[in-house]
Amino acid sequence: MKILKLILVIFTSFLLNNISLAKDPGELINSIVNEASLVLKSSDPVESKIIKLNNIAERSVDINGIGMYALGKHKKTISEDQKTKYNKLFRSYFLKSFSSRLVDYTDPKINVVSQKKINKKYTIVNSILEATSKRPQVKIDWRIYTKNPDKPLIRDLIVEGLSLARTQKEEFNSVIQNNDGDLNALFKTLEEFLIK
Amino acid sequence: MKKLFSIAVLILFSQFQVLNAIAGSDGQLEISSKKNNQDVKDCFESVNRGIFAFNQGLDKVIFKPLAKGYRKLPQPVRSGTSNALSNLGNLVTIPNNILQGQIKDASINSLRLIINSTLGIVGIFDVASYYGLQKLEKEDYGQTLGTWGVGEGCYFVLPVLGPTTVRDSIGSLANATGGDAWYNVTVANDTRYFNEADYYLTRLLSGIDFRAKNLESLDSLENTSIDLYASIRSLYLQDRQRKIKNLDEATETMSDDDWDEID
Repeated sequence: MKILKLILVIFTSFLLNNISLAKDPGELINSIVNEASLVLKSSDPVESKIIKLNNIAERSVDINGIGMYALGKHKKTISEDQKTKYNKLFRSYFLKSFSSRLVDYTDPKINVVSQKKINKKYTIVNSILEATSKRPQVKIDWRIYTKNPDKPLIRDLIVEGLSLARTQKEEFNSVIQNNDGDLNALFKTLEEFLIK
Repeated sequence: MKKLFSIAVLILFSQFQVLNAIAGSDGQLEISSKKNNQDVKDCFESVNRGIFAFNQGLDKVIFKPLAKGYRKLPQPVRSGTSNALSNLGNLVTIPNNILQGQIKDASINSLRLIINSTLGIVGIFDVASYYGLQKLEKEDYGQTLGTWGVGEGCYFVLPVLGPTTVRDSIGSLANATGGDAWYNVTVANDTRYFNEADYYLTRLLSGIDFRAKNLESLDSLENTSIDLYASIRSLYLQDRQRKIKNLDEATETMSDDDWDEID
C-alpha cells in the first residue's frame, strides 16, 4: 500500500512538473502555436476552425487587459456601466478579428528562438514565422503577462517591431477623438463591425 | 530649367509643411522626445483622409492587380528583382550610414554593392551574403535627420506615394538634390546608358514588390480594422521610430509606461 502511495506521489509530482513547464512563457507560445497549427491544417469547415481558434484565444490571451490598454487615456473616464458594455463588445471584436486573421493561414510555422523577462509583470518571447514562397520570414515577439506565473497570458503581438496592441489603441483613440471624445461612438463602430 | 523649377516648388511645399507643422503643433518640430507613445501629430487629418481614400482607390485599380500579377512570376524572378532593387537602395543607404556614423555598416554595404553589382550581375544574385556579408537595414535621409534629433513634425499623406512626415519628406527631397546616385545618373544627368524612365521604373517596381510581399497582411488589416487610416498611420509611425533608433529587438522599441497602468 505504501509503495502504491509512493508511486502515486512520484507520478503526481512528475505531472505537476510537466504542467509547470507549460507555464513557461516560451512553452506557452510553443503549445499555442502547435495547437493552432493543428486546427488550421485540419480539414474542418471554416466555422469549426473559428470556434477552436477562439477557444485557444480565450484560454491564452488576456482579452480584458488588451481591451483596457486599447482604451488608452479614455480608460480613466469610463463609467462602470460603459466598462461592462465595452468589455463585452471588445471580447467579441477581438475574437472575430483574431480568428478571421488566422483562418487564412493553412500551416504557419512559428519557431520560438528566445525569451527575455523585462520586469516582474512581463516577459517577451521572440519567435520567427518561417518564410513561404509568397512572403519573407517574419519576426514575431509576444508580450506575455507573467504577474501570475501559474497563468501566463498573451497581451501583445509585435510583428517586425510593430505592436498590434498599440495600433489598436491608436485606432480606437482616433474613432473617439473624431467623435468629440464620445465613447459611445466607439461602441457603435464596434457593433457595426460585429454585424458586418 | 524645368527640373530646377520642380525642385524649387517641392522645396517651397516642404517649407510650407514645416511652417504648418510649427504653427499647428506648438513647435513640435524639435529635438525628438525620448517618450515613445507621444500623441500623433496629424495636422491635416481631413485632407489626409481624402488623399488616403484616393490612394486606396488607386491601389484597388492599379497597384493590387499589378502586385497579384507580379506574384504569379516564378519565385527566382521575384527574388532577383527584389535583390536588384535592394542593391540599388545601397546607393542611398551608404551615404546615410556615413552621416549616421555607422562606418562599419557603410563598409559592409559598399562591399555588398560592389560584389553584387559585378559577380551578382547588377544585383540579381546576392553573392555577398554567400561571402558572409549579410544584408543590413536600409537607411535614408529621413532616418538620418531623425538620428540627428530632428522631430518628425506633422504626419501627412501624399498622393500615390502614401504616408510620410515633414521630416521624412524633407529627407526624400535630398534624393532629388544629389543624395541618390541612381537619381543622379538617371533623372538629373541623362546619360547614354540610363534615362528618367529607368528611375521611375525602379521606383514603380519597388512599390509593386513591397505590395506583393504584403498582399495578405494588408487584406487582413483592411478586413479587421475599424479605422484603416488610423491603423496605417500608427504602423507607419511605429516603423519609422524603430528604424530611426536602429532597434532590432522589440523589447527596446516599446515603452512600458502604458502597459504598467494595466493590472
